[in-house]
Amino acid sequence: MNLFKRDFIVLGMFVSALAGLTGCGGGGGGDTILVGEFASLTGKEATFGISSHEGTQLAIEEINAAGGVLGKKLELKTEDDQSKAGEPANVVNKLISKDGAIAILGEVASSRSLEAAPICQQNGIPMISPASTNPKVTETGDYIFRVCFIDPFQGTVMANFATNTLKAKKVAVFTDVKSDYSKGLAKFFKEGFTKAGGQIVGEFDFNGGDKDFKGQLTAIKAAAPDAVFVPGYYTDVALICIQAKQLGLNVPLIGGDGWESDTLVKIGGDAVEGHYFSTHYAADAASPKVTAFVEAYKKRYNGKVPDAMAALGYDSAKFLADGITRAGSTEGAKLRDALAATKEFEAVTGKMTINAQRDAVKSAVILQVKGGAFKFVETVSP
Amino acid sequence: MDWFLQQLINGLALGSIYALIALGYTMVYGVLRFINFAHSDVLMLGAYAAFFIAPAIEPIISLPSLTGALLVTLLSALICAGIGMLIEFLAYRPLRSRPKLTVLITAIGVSLFIEFTCQHKAVFGADTKPFPPLLPATDFHLAGLVVSSNDLVVVFVTALLLAGMWFIVHKTKSGMAMRAVSFNQQAAALMGVNINRIIAFTFGLGSALAAVAGILYALKAPGIEPLMGVQPGIRAFIAAVLGGIGNLPGAALGGLLLGLLETFAGGISGLSSYRDGIAFAILILILLFKPAGLLGKASVEKV
Repeated sequence: MNLFKRDFIVLGMFVSALAGLTGCGGGGGGDTILVGEFASLTGKEATFGISSHEGTQLAIEEINAAGGVLGKKLELKTEDDQSKAGEPANVVNKLISKDGAIAILGEVASSRSLEAAPICQQNGIPMISPASTNPKVTETGDYIFRVCFIDPFQGTVMANFATNTLKAKKVAVFTDVKSDYSKGLAKFFKEGFTKAGGQIVGEFDFNGGDKDFKGQLTAIKAAAPDAVFVPGYYTDVALICIQAKQLGLNVPLIGGDGWESDTLVKIGGDAVEGHYFSTHYAADAASPKVTAFVEAYKKRYNGKVPDAMAALGYDSAKFLADGITRAGSTEGAKLRDALAATKEFEAVTGKMTINAQRDAVKSAVILQVKGGAFKFVETVSP
Repeated sequence: MDWFLQQLINGLALGSIYALIALGYTMVYGVLRFINFAHSDVLMLGAYAAFFIAPAIEPIISLPSLTGALLVTLLSALICAGIGMLIEFLAYRPLRSRPKLTVLITAIGVSLFIEFTCQHKAVFGADTKPFPPLLPATDFHLAGLVVSSNDLVVVFVTALLLAGMWFIVHKTKSGMAMRAVSFNQQAAALMGVNINRIIAFTFGLGSALAAVAGILYALKAPGIEPLMGVQPGIRAFIAAVLGGIGNLPGAALGGLLLGLLETFAGGISGLSSYRDGIAFAILILILLFKPAGLLGKASVEKV
């Protein structure tokens, strides 16, 4: 019995020594710096997760090709959370405690970022969300950052757009009651629009995943609005556009960044033509930074045009690298301070400054669906 | 007034789909006295079958066209009939002599199994896929009202299949056997009815109905995903109970009523988020006050 026990101890020591040896390659001590990423690579929001991951990966490759940071290469380790609640906590814990990531990039969906944020906060590991727009995400603690604007800003942007560009006086709001994102946007849109002198002529709800919206849309049509604000995700929005068109509701539908996916056009066809939404960046905007990014992305991913999630993923990694360089260290607290001090950082999605809430302050763009593609309409500054 | 009539049309169109799904539920229940919860997943499989068959037959018959749509629907219905019989053979037949509750729980298990298998990326994946237009669709505008041709097709097909099912159950030999099995399985077996064959036939027919409903549902809302059957499945189940489960015209009536209620609730500003709640409230009220359903006859359980 004793003999066995001793063997186990020896074996245990051997295994841990081995783990220590290989661990050197991953953690901060070797010649690479490990960056953890969690994303919804499969599941319901997979198109968002894959885009942000591809952008992140491209950024890491570019950084390494240019010599890395602090003389070391960045190593990206990506975990899939399957668009499922519960999964982010697992994979982020693993990335931090087992793999030894010095920072975490992710997620697109606010609910999943909210799940991972407390873990990063407790471990003193900076987390940078590429695209979670819910204000609560960075309220978790001082290690949590984001490179996108937040819902109050986006809701207000669309309210101003409806008032100033569309000259709408009366707007109906059609909200997804299942989604915090949708409810948040609707709230800030209503506030902004009524403040600008507009009138909300109807408020209706749907459940994400519904297929029939004609009851609500008929009532919306009867209220005769100049535009309808639909802060939803692309699959629901596509069906809403189809049924609105069938019912002869011929006013612009407007929404937020949840609209931005090829699937919107694939399902919606010509019913989504002419409608508008706000998002983080436009691939056809004429800035040299955007053009360079679009070219690099197309080259890396077989001619695919990067969407806003890809651009934000890219920006999150570049933002991190910039922070590490300025901190001169990968140590959590120093890195956090450097990231928090970021000012006028030139990102693909616009010039951004990190404010006291660790949110990025930057401009939004409005896109219109035209000829089956998303076309740049205007930029709105905060 | 326009608003009211338009909502009436919307409600009838939505209700017809529920009615069509409810027909399949109620038929299986009528014969076997248990709810086949996997029915709504067979509906989803029907839509996916059409999704994959459509591009395959496109080179032979151009789509969208009536003959093309008929062919795709027929093939999908056949595939789903096969799947339905397979489910019955593998999951329900071995449990036939067990208590009804066992089979009911198994049905829920089968349903979840299909849903989660299909969400796997090696099967269909969880993302929404655009459903191809099988039928040429137009919208008819009549004095401010809009009727979509797809909605008319749904109403027409539901009426046709309701009549067809009624004919099969009441006028054919197989139908007589179905009724006999429903009345008393042992006695029917003693009278020379092949129980296995009749039950398999019922499942095949019910699943074919589900496939047709799935395709029509996907035509109305052209985005399909592995969980697309869940929501209409629950509605159809409630519709079947509302109308009197086991009763074919009852299922149709229940479906129409539910579709109308849901549409009108959706069109009222403060009520639109309670659409789902209303469906369940109806279920509870019916079970409380008229457990046999609107058209069902109260029967005394023989002990």
